[in-house]
Amino acid sequence: MLNYIIRRVLQSVLVLLVVGLVAFAMFRFVGDPIDNMLGQERTMEDVERLRAQLGLDQSVFVQYYRFLEGAVQGNFGISYRQGRQVSEIIAERIPATLELAAVSGLFALVLGIGLGVFTAIRRDGFASNAIMTLSLIGVSLPTFLIGILLIYLFSVELGWLPSFGRGEVVQLGSWSTGFLTQSGLLALILPSITLGLYQMTLIMRLVRSEMLEVLRQDYIRFARARGLKQRAINFRHALKNTLVPVITVTGLQLGSIIAFAIITETVFQWPGVGLLFINAIQFVDIPVMAAYLMLISVMFVGINLAVDLLYVAIDPRLRTEGKSQ
Amino acid sequence: MTDTPITPEKPRAQSRLAIAWDSDVGYSFRHSPVAMVSLCLTLILVLSAVFAPLIAPHDPFNPATLNLLNGFTAPGEANAFTGESFLLGTDDQGRDVFSTILYGLRISLFVGFAAVAFAMVLGISLGLLAGYVGGWTETVIMRVADVQLTFPAILVAMLIFGVAKGITPIEYRDQVAIWVLIIAIGLSDWVQFARVVRGATLVEKSKEYVQAARLIGRSPFAIMARHILPNVLSPVLVIATISLALAIIAEATLSFLGVGAPPTQPSLGTLIRIGQGFLFSGEWWILFFPACTLLVLALAVNLLGDWLRDALNPRLR
Repeated sequence: MLNYIIRRVLQSVLVLLVVGLVAFAMFRFVGDPIDNMLGQERTMEDVERLRAQLGLDQSVFVQYYRFLEGAVQGNFGISYRQGRQVSEIIAERIPATLELAAVSGLFALVLGIGLGVFTAIRRDGFASNAIMTLSLIGVSLPTFLIGILLIYLFSVELGWLPSFGRGEVVQLGSWSTGFLTQSGLLALILPSITLGLYQMTLIMRLVRSEMLEVLRQDYIRFARARGLKQRAINFRHALKNTLVPVITVTGLQLGSIIAFAIITETVFQWPGVGLLFINAIQFVDIPVMAAYLMLISVMFVGINLAVDLLYVAIDPRLRTEGKSQ
Repeated sequence: MTDTPITPEKPRAQSRLAIAWDSDVGYSFRHSPVAMVSLCLTLILVLSAVFAPLIAPHDPFNPATLNLLNGFTAPGEANAFTGESFLLGTDDQGRDVFSTILYGLRISLFVGFAAVAFAMVLGISLGLLAGYVGGWTETVIMRVADVQLTFPAILVAMLIFGVAKGITPIEYRDQVAIWVLIIAIGLSDWVQFARVVRGATLVEKSKEYVQAARLIGRSPFAIMARHILPNVLSPVLVIATISLALAIIAEATLSFLGVGAPPTQPSLGTLIRIGQGFLFSGEWWILFFPACTLLVLALAVNLLGDWLRDALNPRLR
């Protein structure tokens, strides 16, 4: 067990080092950082001063080491476009993305489980067939089209909800939150639905198929024979046993929610890190791209590691398998 | 009678079609209205993209034929200044929306097909290599695949696009954007192919025909390409169809986000990006028609892929 954990952690560190190498290579070799930072009018002294200041006059290995050293401390240099510390910009933007991701994750989880249970119980009902068909269409649609559709419906036609931005935000220390104002909450609705819809359908389909599997088991029939209420059977006996795979998938999907937030944030001009990243690509702002890459890899690798370890903790069968290998 | 040719060219081609029609897959196709409709839609879209220059009433990229006065003409209505009318209206620069959609479809489909082809070639070769050679090669290839699979494909494609954009000089960026897009989407998608091919290769490798080929001294390359490859291709077909739908959506997404096809060579995604700007000012058709085309395309290819997966999957039969 301990062996497995150590091996898994070492693997994760290795992945991060490789991603760090990619990020460093991007930073160092894509275009000339000096060219990017200084405009047309520059003197040789400027170039030399900046070169020394950025440490570009040292060997590549020293530079990689210094890059990693900086990255660990959250220091990714200065944005080419905004001329400010990248870490500062990201710290400003991250609450928006995390709040959006949290709300859409919650939306996906609650509605996904609810609809999954519903469609499994009323297996051949009209409503559940309609939901299943709709979900198929929802999965095939690109996220940004769903976003545009929602904007058209609720902002342009009905005028109920705002179509862009976060509304009013309240500053709590360094964290800016949209949870405390009405306009902030209203602004959250459309982006969270857009972002969470795909995950919702995924969870719904998973819960449905797991529920159908479980409802066929003998202990459910026995519970029914005992005369338990249908509600108690469905929720207390059946749903509980479907939750392990749901937790795994939800955990892994957390990463993709943050990645797909890039698209949603662009559609709704949501001032989060995803929009920052897209703008960075458009303007080839390499330090911001590198920082985003590192940030998101740490999240992804962390989530994967946590899910793997949790899985081993939950399911004893995996533990013995790990030993026999 | 003996000297009549046994298999003349034309009947043979027909009989092949007939064989396909009578096969299990053909049977499943005949009994699936969804598959038939989506195949028809896909074919219509592909054909209209291929013959776009013949079908399109205007050349949207020839400035000589454009008239700015035609801008913002509503679908089917005559323009107030020039009296010209357009089937699906015009955009802000007076380009015929119907024609831009046809040309956009061309670019979307081209990028989609090319990206999947690239991913397929890369994935199949690496998968074969990993499965057949094994050892150190396999470890490296599959490790890279695992790491890449941790990240969503669209994110990988964005990063590759961003880096490529940084490497190319500014004056060439728009020209190479389409190719960069193909490479970015292809590189983000090879893992699926490599995994499946490797798995199938591992199974095939231990079979007798491979041992026989090895005994008679065929080179490893010949064994991989001529003996194993034909036997691992059928799952690849399913993945390719599903990948095509994903690649089309990925391309549209990237172009919509402004990190894909440039406005000089607009794909459906770029057109939607342009159209979104007019959503609030009432010119709905600039957004609506490209969005609908993309929707139908994505849905049709997706459903086709789903059907093919079910039809070819022996477990479900």
